[in-house]
Amino acid sequence: MSNTAIREIDNTANDPSRRPLWIVGENDFTSVTETVCRITEQPKPPRAWYIAFAISSALTGMLFVMIAYLIAVGIGVWGVNIPVSWGFAIINFVFWVGIGHAGTLISAILFLLRQKWRTSINRFAEAMTIFAVACAGIFPAIHIGRAWLAYWLFPYPNQMAMWPNFRSPLLWDVFAVSTYATVSMMFWYVGMIPDLATLRDRAKTRVRQIAYGIAALGWRGSHRHWHRHEYAYLILAGLATPLVVSVHSVVSFDFAVSLLPGWHTTIFPPYFVAGAIFSGFAMVVTLIVPARQYFGLKEIVSLRHLENMNKIILVTGTIVGYAYSIEFFIAWYGGNAYESFAFINRAFGPYAWAYWTMVSCNVLAPQLFWFKKCRVTPWIMVIVCIFVNIGMWFERFVIVITSLHRDFLPSSWGYYAPTWVDVLTFIGSFGLFFTLFLLFCRYLPMVAMAEVKTVMPQAGLEHGHHRGVGDYHGEIPHAHEPEYWEKG
Amino acid sequence: MMSETVNMPMNKERTEPATVYGLLAEFSDAGAIVQSAEQVRKAGYTRWDVHTPFPVHGLDEAMGIRPTILPWIVLGAGLSGLVAGLGLQWWTNAVDYPLLISGKPIFSLPANIPVIFEVTVLLSAVTTVFALFGLNGLPRLYHPVFTNQRFRRATADRFFIVIEANDPLFDAEKTQSLLSSLGATAVEVVED
Repeated sequence: MSNTAIREIDNTANDPSRRPLWIVGENDFTSVTETVCRITEQPKPPRAWYIAFAISSALTGMLFVMIAYLIAVGIGVWGVNIPVSWGFAIINFVFWVGIGHAGTLISAILFLLRQKWRTSINRFAEAMTIFAVACAGIFPAIHIGRAWLAYWLFPYPNQMAMWPNFRSPLLWDVFAVSTYATVSMMFWYVGMIPDLATLRDRAKTRVRQIAYGIAALGWRGSHRHWHRHEYAYLILAGLATPLVVSVHSVVSFDFAVSLLPGWHTTIFPPYFVAGAIFSGFAMVVTLIVPARQYFGLKEIVSLRHLENMNKIILVTGTIVGYAYSIEFFIAWYGGNAYESFAFINRAFGPYAWAYWTMVSCNVLAPQLFWFKKCRVTPWIMVIVCIFVNIGMWFERFVIVITSLHRDFLPSSWGYYAPTWVDVLTFIGSFGLFFTLFLLFCRYLPMVAMAEVKTVMPQAGLEHGHHRGVGDYHGEIPHAHEPEYWEKG
Repeated sequence: MMSETVNMPMNKERTEPATVYGLLAEFSDAGAIVQSAEQVRKAGYTRWDVHTPFPVHGLDEAMGIRPTILPWIVLGAGLSGLVAGLGLQWWTNAVDYPLLISGKPIFSLPANIPVIFEVTVLLSAVTTVFALFGLNGLPRLYHPVFTNQRFRRATADRFFIVIEANDPLFDAEKTQSLLSSLGATAVEVVED
């Protein structure tokens, strides 16, 4: 059901006297329900889905083969050694955790900021968060060497009568990432229950009735339930907001709390968080452009949604560029010889190629988004966002590798290169990510239908005197006007 | 718009005699449901509910729903998490197995903040979700309203008011005419 026939409606014009309409085209509650549910109800997904699924599940298989090989043979199959004892595993971990951040930003922070446009993309982005965190979680667990003892990281009473060291950022990481994964999943599920009930009520086969029936927990849209649901959602958003900021801050503590030049800087937490949001949005755009195309969601995920995300990419990309330059400035201004060496070595040493790849992809590429043409043309934004993803991976490569490979004693300097196992494990993690993602597109409601309906003019928000205590959807729009502009 | 007849639901054949659960009225407009709910509340009904595909704003007031206790439960959980996170670190690293690292103090709050924060958030969030399920009485896979065919659209594009038969004011005829007079597109009996 590749719905390419749906034309693109341009709703990106800015007129301060009018509110933009987020769901474009001739849509009402019935058509939104139909459009979103049809994706999971059609007997067969588009052919592109099958091709993508075959590739991604093959890569997932490769990931597990590589992990089995690593565990069977030992950590020596990777390229890590002294002085570079953190290689691809930590780079990939930070890369994937960072990608996850856009989902929580969209679902929680934009929710608290009353950004209505989040409703069309939040389910999608939250799913991406969970799958990215699943990929991220694999790497620290396997890089510890004896992966079968990973549970020692948790404080549980044991026969050794020992406890983990709570003053280590590595343990903070265990708590931060596991809390983040748990809360993200609960947030996602709680928000999805009403939509699972929609799928249940539309189900034609016994299997679907039972599966969605159980997953929906018997949700029946009772307003007494909605009332608590809205409160719970608001509280979860309030909890997830500091949480998402804390997670990448704690990840940055893994580096910043050490005494290594290039890592030991106070700029790391905000710089990591901005970079995480930057990379996460780039991944959302990369995935949602083909998804809205193939699954006929162009009217629900409109050009204006894409443009807004590209604006966030431009802002956060510029913050990241600012952080790069401030790091250099402080390395010089701080007057520490080791610190300035670390940074000159970063930009002009053996890994200069990685550094300048990072700068071009992360700082230069998003500058294209100053031009509206680039912000609203799907193929251009996908290319820019792929560059951003490459650049953000290289950012973590630069941080991890260049700070380690030349330490205080020149006699111990080295050059890190990954092995084929490193590379295939990394590629395999993309396989896992895309496999989970494709399954999500096929079997779960890809758009938060219930939330989208609340921002449609038909939701009756014009009855201004009836605003309830749980009302958080912002100003009441003046409905009944076509508030978008059509091309041609 | 208005329907004068009470349609019996299209139920499958059943063996035991059905008892009436209540009356169900269907509306097609989000604005109408708010005004109708207000009328039902003003008529004095107490055992009734509104079912909508999304949270319709204004219904809280129209139905007279008092704010939920949920935030207070979460506050309690959050404070417990805070104490638990702090206590865990203090007991494990300062009392039960004192770890002396680089000559730093055995117990120092700044190093313990991240884990305290995470445990607080984790316990609050888990409590939010389970308190939500508990207060809403979910999971509950069977409910009489599910026997009604029209009700399938309660999660898609229709709005319903259900007045239960065990409401003290319930009277098959009067309640039905009230619901019809509110502009319901259909009024049906829900059996249990």
